[in-house]
Amino acid sequence: MAPMKIVALITVIITGGLLLYATGDFPAWGDPLSPANNSALSRHYIEQSRVETAVPNLVTAVLADYRGYDTMFETVVVFVAGLAILAVLGQGTSRERAAIQRSAERYQERDMINIMTARLIVPVLQLFSLYVLAHGHYSPGGGFQGGVMFGASFILIALAGGLPEALSRLSIPGALLLAGLGVLLYGGTGLVCMMLGQNFLDYHILHRLLPATDAVMARYHAMLIVEIGVAFTVTAIMFIIYAALSSRGRMTGGL
Amino acid sequence: MIAVFDICILIFLVAIAIIALSVKDLLASAMILGIYSFLMCLLWAEMGAVDVAFTEAAVGAGVSTVIMIATVYQTSRKSSD
Amino acid sequence: MEFIVNNFNYWIYVILMMIGLFAMIAKNNLIKKLVGMTIFQTAIILFYVSIGVKGEGATIPILSYEQVHGTHHVEEADHAGEDDSHHAQADLPEIDARTITNPIPHVLMLTAIVVGVATLGVALAISQRIFHFYGSLDEDVILAKIQKGDG
Repeated sequence: MAPMKIVALITVIITGGLLLYATGDFPAWGDPLSPANNSALSRHYIEQSRVETAVPNLVTAVLADYRGYDTMFETVVVFVAGLAILAVLGQGTSRERAAIQRSAERYQERDMINIMTARLIVPVLQLFSLYVLAHGHYSPGGGFQGGVMFGASFILIALAGGLPEALSRLSIPGALLLAGLGVLLYGGTGLVCMMLGQNFLDYHILHRLLPATDAVMARYHAMLIVEIGVAFTVTAIMFIIYAALSSRGRMTGGL
Repeated sequence: MIAVFDICILIFLVAIAIIALSVKDLLASAMILGIYSFLMCLLWAEMGAVDVAFTEAAVGAGVSTVIMIATVYQTSRKSSD
Repeated sequence: MEFIVNNFNYWIYVILMMIGLFAMIAKNNLIKKLVGMTIFQTAIILFYVSIGVKGEGATIPILSYEQVHGTHHVEEADHAGEDDSHHAQADLPEIDARTITNPIPHVLMLTAIVVGVATLGVALAISQRIFHFYGSLDEDVILAKIQKGDG
């Protein structure tokens, strides 16, 4: 047994032992009156968000409205992670890319079954991801899930028909533009609220701009705008992550 | 009934986690991690966290398995431990 | 049975966390370390999600139509702004907070999962660079090459 393994084992046993000892002091599993479940904040979200935002899905209400800052900067983290992957892997020299291109062309025998199946699945998947995005106020879903699924549809095209096939539909500069647009849409919504004299991301003032809404429905609709921004960024970055990792950043050849 | 379901999935999770770490083939490891994510997604759906379960099904079992396999394809498939 | 169910969940979270931590420290292969990191991460997310559980009889954090819009159909567009919301509030059924799962841990963990895959992507990109620089994903080989000063 290597010395590193013994060190690891001792560390893990000490950490785990302490945590197992601490489980004795945890609240009972599924206790509705535990401190986390019975806090004023949690009860406020459950009881009042229907009055303040009119959104049945509490998770969406808290995600896009009450904890708007959190979600905005998570979106920024995803965006920066996409940029970091492109920066780390680099583009490679043009000679390398040409060599990869030639070897890829030699093995360009894509499976017909995969291509035809992808052709059937991709439109349904994209339609369903738009449903998930738009219906996030009423059912599980929202910007993150819809965005990941839309990105996955491009990944499916790349897996079945090759990376160039997918890149001809969503190029890397296009994807970066889409990702930036998503963050801009989110931050812009917050800035518009500020310009109308409210706090950043305080949506209820938007009823002055959106037609036929009151203060409650303005928050409802602004949440949808914000989720669309999240979905743009997540779609683009998921595709960029796959495209860069499957081709070592050369954006040609690939899996 | 739901408690039995819960306990079964939890035991299965631990087994899958150990298998994912002990196989020598990295491609198999990535695939087993996908199974782990799906079990985790089941567990969260059972706990009432439907949004989290949905996200895990799309992200953990879908995209992260794919990017891990892409990396295995670009690097090596063998692992010494 | 009650006692086992209560504590069994927490024990398994700790065991999963221990497995992940052990893999992160002891495994030589970088991809295996990342697999361990994912297991560690999901164990912690699992713990957070389980905090919001409210036991038997609690439902998912999505309200029904009646709970949001009231049992009577509220006349639309007759009242404007503030007035309407007060009117709607008047005949909303009471919600017992104990019957609905706590949404806050769900929100926190939902974003954590998506950020987790983005950071996993960065980690995989860095390991691809390491592989093409040192020709191996094995930690011992990489360390030996660094100490010899080549690469």
